[in-house]
Amino acid sequence: MHIPDDLLYTKEHEWVRIKDKTATLGITDYAQGSLGDITFVELPKVNGAVAQFKQYATVESVKAASDVYASVSGKVLKINEELSAHPELINQSPYDKGYFAVIEVSDESDVSRLVSSADYKKYVEGLH
Amino acid sequence: MNYVPHTEEDRAEMLKAIGVKSIDDLFIDISPALRPKSFDIPEGKSEFEVCRYIKKLASKNATDLISFLGAGFYDHYIPAAVDALASRSEFYTAYTPYQPESSQGWLQSIYEYQTAICELLGLDVSNASLYDGGTALYEAAMMAIRLTGRKKIIVDQGVNLIYRTMLYTYTSNLSIEFVETPVVHGQSSREAILKHLDGNTAAVILQNPNFFGAIDDYTDIASKVHEVGALAIQSVYPISMGILKTPGEMGFDIATGEGQSLGLPLSFGGPYLGFIAAKKELVRQMPGRIVGATVDKDGKRGYVLTLQTREQHIRREKATSNICSNEALCALRAVIYLSLIGKTGLKEMAELIYSKTEFAKSVLEKIPGVTVKRSSPTFNEFTICLPKNADDVAHKMVEKGFAAGFPLGRFYKGMENYLLVAVTEKRTREEILKLGDSLEAVLCD
Repeated sequence: MHIPDDLLYTKEHEWVRIKDKTATLGITDYAQGSLGDITFVELPKVNGAVAQFKQYATVESVKAASDVYASVSGKVLKINEELSAHPELINQSPYDKGYFAVIEVSDESDVSRLVSSADYKKYVEGLH
Repeated sequence: MNYVPHTEEDRAEMLKAIGVKSIDDLFIDISPALRPKSFDIPEGKSEFEVCRYIKKLASKNATDLISFLGAGFYDHYIPAAVDALASRSEFYTAYTPYQPESSQGWLQSIYEYQTAICELLGLDVSNASLYDGGTALYEAAMMAIRLTGRKKIIVDQGVNLIYRTMLYTYTSNLSIEFVETPVVHGQSSREAILKHLDGNTAAVILQNPNFFGAIDDYTDIASKVHEVGALAIQSVYPISMGILKTPGEMGFDIATGEGQSLGLPLSFGGPYLGFIAAKKELVRQMPGRIVGATVDKDGKRGYVLTLQTREQHIRREKATSNICSNEALCALRAVIYLSLIGKTGLKEMAELIYSKTEFAKSVLEKIPGVTVKRSSPTFNEFTICLPKNADDVAHKMVEKGFAAGFPLGRFYKGMENYLLVAVTEKRTREEILKLGDSLEAVLCD
């Protein structure tokens, strides 16, 4: 299982890449593996607001629909339009081509509530 | 014989476990007035006695009246083949088609029903059916609320009051603002709709033909609705689709309606049939079941319930709808009916109904004191103004053997003298002429 060192995580299996005041959000390799083949993803509206640890997207696999929670609060700057035609990108490239959205971070203190890659790795290992 | 397996001790133990004193305490939330006085039901009767009793009850229904009564439910001819095919035990006794491997026949019939509904309405996707025209309209409104994230819905007063009432009842615990716009000279008021239409509007709901029978081309309204990012919803009378412009052709996003006219008998309380269809991009917000076509491992065509992630058994409280069943047998009757009538047949029948309705207008307007409302074109139903109270007149017409129409005063204040008259392909020239004679006689009394 791939858990990049340069990202932050949540225990709901979302990752976030913080760069200055923007955050790129997605779901982890573990999440995509547990869901199986992803068939659809519902993304938030551009310019809409998302709140940390609140639902902002939904992913559907063949037999389940799961809520995805925002790792940070802020305004949606961009969504990954590619996913509407190619949701399988989430399975193939969870940390890159399968990202969900880019958020303008409204409160930098949100970052303190996220989990480091080392801690996330320990957490995932503890699940087995 | 006692059919209840629990002993008094069992019951006492269960009551103790949940912390109530008696079984009656379980019903404490129901007002005493609404609780049965006694469960002391009479002794059983023989089959013969039951038949005699039920027949006696049924004979109280006036089933032999010549019907010009519509108001959303219409007296159409049902070909014998509809009953014969729909009552085959393979369909009649079948359980819900959860297992595609053992339900291909059922699934195919629903798939074909969906295809017929899409063709009829000029839209891309249909579900496997809903309960009736009212619940279908409610589901369409909720699709718009979810899709837009907005809370205001504009409803034209030409939409059947039964549907409007159902819409308001179903949504009474949600914070949705409904704005009703008036019908002026039989048609929906563009002025009023545009006045209320704004960036907070989730949807505009219209009906064609409207409750007064007026037909309209709502293309202009649909394009204004889309300008503010709202959805256009239309409730239609399916038989009229044989000649009228479809909701799809008018650019509407969702169409719904009552499917009773498609091979279902008139019966108080149903079961009836709600249909709903929408543009393809809205499919994930569709309520209820959807059957899809696919291929099996050998490449052969097969049918399955599809997009189930919208539904309760997967998405739980976040499902698009509480509907997790459908009116399969009624939908089957509808697809059999539409298949028998055919594309050309539906058009011919619609033309016939239109002509008979125009003939009925010409007969009724010859009666002194009767005015036919001609401010709008109509399809199968029209409004007449009587010199007397329409409710009283309708009652007297029953004695003459007619269900003469729907007294509009029951739904619309100030319209106490108005009668809504419906004509189907079943009404003969003689019956229409006799309606005129009888109405004239009743009015002269």
